[in-house]
Amino acid sequence: MIAASVAVQRPADARLLVIDALGTPREIPRRDFVSVLRRGDIVVANDAATMPASLAGRHVATGAPIEVRLAAARSLDLRDDARFAAIVFGAGDHRTRTEDRPPPPPLAPGDEIALGPIRATVERLLEHPRLAELRFTGTRDEIWSAIAHHGRPIQYAHLPAALQTWDVWTPIAAAPFAFEAPSAGFTLDWRSLGELRQRGAGFATITLAAGISSTGDPVLDARLPFDEPYRIPVPTASAIRRARLSGGRVIAIGTTVVRALESAATRDTSIVAGDGVATLRLGASTPLQAVDAILSGTHEPGTSHFELLRAFAADATLARMSEALERGHFRTHEFGDSILIERSRDAFPRTTSPHQGLRGLV
Amino acid sequence: MNRRILITGGTSGLGLALVRELSARGARVAFVARHREDVERVAREHPGTVGIVGDVSRKDDIYPIATEVIGNLGGLDALVNNASSLGPVPLALLGDTECEDLEIALATNVVGPFRLTKALLGALAASAREGRSPVVLNVSSDAAVSPYAGWGAYGASKAALHHMTRIWGEELAAEGIRFISRDPGDMDTQLHAIAVPDADRTTLKRPEVAAREIADVIAPIAVKAAA
Repeated sequence: MIAASVAVQRPADARLLVIDALGTPREIPRRDFVSVLRRGDIVVANDAATMPASLAGRHVATGAPIEVRLAAARSLDLRDDARFAAIVFGAGDHRTRTEDRPPPPPLAPGDEIALGPIRATVERLLEHPRLAELRFTGTRDEIWSAIAHHGRPIQYAHLPAALQTWDVWTPIAAAPFAFEAPSAGFTLDWRSLGELRQRGAGFATITLAAGISSTGDPVLDARLPFDEPYRIPVPTASAIRRARLSGGRVIAIGTTVVRALESAATRDTSIVAGDGVATLRLGASTPLQAVDAILSGTHEPGTSHFELLRAFAADATLARMSEALERGHFRTHEFGDSILIERSRDAFPRTTSPHQGLRGLV
Repeated sequence: MNRRILITGGTSGLGLALVRELSARGARVAFVARHREDVERVAREHPGTVGIVGDVSRKDDIYPIATEVIGNLGGLDALVNNASSLGPVPLALLGDTECEDLEIALATNVVGPFRLTKALLGALAASAREGRSPVVLNVSSDAAVSPYAGWGAYGASKAALHHMTRIWGEELAAEGIRFISRDPGDMDTQLHAIAVPDADRTTLKRPEVAAREIADVIAPIAVKAAA
């Protein structure tokens, strides 16, 4: 596949590879994605806006330059907790591949980091020299002001030009709790939301604080995705229940929606509204309780995003998908083309809880 | 429910009166204004409000404003685009208006509210899905409708804002977001004093009165039945 290197959320020629429940792929223009919807279906998207979570600064004790990438939080609200898990790099910026970035100076609990107008303290290292828990000093207003003005969107070397916050907020972006954009939502615009309604489909949202997607370190990457706090509004849980009762499908816009809904699914497959923390790692052995189809970017095998797709379709189907993406020169990464996979008919029946399945493994 | 409200131009005139009125009504209020000292003073005088330094006419300020507001309030139920520019000061006939002054009026009164509304649309739509009846109220003027000589830059920009408000409303009614264009009347404010220095202030409406009227629309006080 080709890396999408320009930050355009909805290029006119964006493509969508649709893989139906029988595993058959077909391509449609992505702007027509609502054409796959049927009356009674419900589309669920992640409405988290993306905070500019890359903060440049210096390690106070040594004066060494540092880049902090806020990577995960425990709660959706800073009132509850001003602590973040953060990936910390040494000198440089996004134009250097993360794999090639120098490490930060050795960090120890109590170390101060100056990040523009604000300071953070290292609370502890999280079992890796590049992953630290940081606590910001200041009031909630001061922390948000510092992030809003000093932060930059987290970005990677495949996009050389500096991203602006407006590049990474989806049209439906509401509260800025995500650390990286829930980029499947770039597909949505107000026109398509209107068309979706006209087709008799429903639209609902969850909020999940999407964490960092890549660290450049294989040991850390293997730990992704980190735990992500989420919120499922009562109207969303009700709308999903109604869609289910009427035989409609639940179509998740992005991996973060799958993670939130499957985390909130109970044994009888109904969705519990409220706040939670998504700890699930979805993969081939995860039975889906809540979601029938996913619209997502084009992911490479081996990534945690691709692993999640294995919950939707057999490996042979995914291999055919990857081949079609490769052969068709689809674009990849957050501003690239998309896929839509409907859960395979022969995938796991909805019987056991994924929580239970996982707990047995870890 | 606690309405979460953003007011632009919140440190003087109608905006300040709205900060006062709405926070007294128990709303969670954030406000934007250009000058740090004014923002800090108003925030100090109204504990619990979130003061944000920013200029809605500047493209680069919009997303930091949106991030701060929604980060702090957790969402948004009402946006009041109140910050306004007269254009040339003192007021000038159109033929005497510098293009740059017209551009400033358009940037503040039309493009700024458009950008801010667009950045906050996701939050407003989320509010609608939660049944919180979101509303965008754009402060208009009789000069948006009547062609007063000397009010060209202001009047033309407010006319554009007024019309844009109606189109927003048409397009987003299905999403459950209400748009209101509101002429608060001629008020005894700094802006009016600059525009009409020799006005008889006793004939002007007090901004507190206009603020109460607007608050009744965007954050009505729940009427409690007598026990």
